[in-house]
Amino acid sequence: MMNLLWGVFFVIGIIYSIVTGNMEAINNEIIEGPKLILDLFLGMFPLMVLWSGIMNIAKEAGLLDKMAKWMRPLFRVLFPELDENDEALGYIASNITINMLGIHNASTPFGLKAMKCLQEKNKDKKTATRSMITFLVLNTGGVTLIATDILAMRSLYGSANPTEIVPITILATLSSTIFGLCMDRIFYYRDRRKHGTH
Amino acid sequence: MALIKISSYFIPIIVLGIILYGFYKKVPLYDSFTKGAKEGMELAFSIFPCFIGMIFGVNILLKSGILDQLFLFLKPVFQFLKIPIEVLPMALVRPISGNASFAVMIDLIKKHGVDTFLGRLASVLQGSTDTTIYVLTLYFGSIGIKNSKYALKAGLMADAMAIIASILLTSIFF
Repeated sequence: MMNLLWGVFFVIGIIYSIVTGNMEAINNEIIEGPKLILDLFLGMFPLMVLWSGIMNIAKEAGLLDKMAKWMRPLFRVLFPELDENDEALGYIASNITINMLGIHNASTPFGLKAMKCLQEKNKDKKTATRSMITFLVLNTGGVTLIATDILAMRSLYGSANPTEIVPITILATLSSTIFGLCMDRIFYYRDRRKHGTH
Repeated sequence: MALIKISSYFIPIIVLGIILYGFYKKVPLYDSFTKGAKEGMELAFSIFPCFIGMIFGVNILLKSGILDQLFLFLKPVFQFLKIPIEVLPMALVRPISGNASFAVMIDLIKKHGVDTFLGRLASVLQGSTDTTIYVLTLYFGSIGIKNSKYALKAGLMADAMAIIASILLTSIFF
């Protein structure tokens, strides 16, 4: 799926540029673009290293396990495949918490670690497991309580009440996350029926 | 404003809480930090190929200008459904690039004013959706998953729901 999508981006992008004679923009992107992507990565890199370090303290102190324990009732519903003490759940709990506070760059290392833990128990290393997909939907559904960057922009552009969007954003993101999780369930059962038990 | 002020306390308090808890549990703080940071560094390097590959592909698509064309094509559909067409570019770009949709949001706020329906809708949209395709490639790419099964479908449907909910809720409340 990703292989196809990625290829299609290039085929459509480049052919469309040739047809419309928009070669300068594409050339620019190919020659100068990677440098900007590196800048983006360099902006993220120290954050990831730093938060992985802080996260390790939390892990060795047993804080991650504790958080996973608090979220157990929720996790039992969301991840029926996983054992209650699964290492991944601690990372998932931290990832969700930090996402809720709108610190997306800091939540990435937790998410990647969670995926790594889930992959260790995966029998078919090339195919996503049920828990991986649920976690992904949960993550991209991204229940955000306070999107700091958006609020900052709103006050920068002179909003009389920058935070008035917060309750509506929470409602919208909550409904989409719940909807996404329902879809995830439905697709899972449909998939299982098609391919037998797995 | 108070909320922005409060939110500026989150990160320092999280850091402080972890350090204090580490003290309490007698974790060798600095050793533990450097060990984790080293792992984080390896993790960051290992995702770099996915990172550059995905963003490069997305940029090629965005810079070609084809989304503007798609926008014109979808315009009548949106008008028919009474959905404000100004937010369409945002909805199209959001799953693949958070930066691009953030730029569109600022554009809308600049053009229509921050306390207008569109200004609010753009903010709610940006806050309630996520870069699904980017996260999927990054997370699954980092562990070598090739077959993502129904993940993309479920993620994009959640995004679609977020867009619909944002439009409905913003119209109802403002």
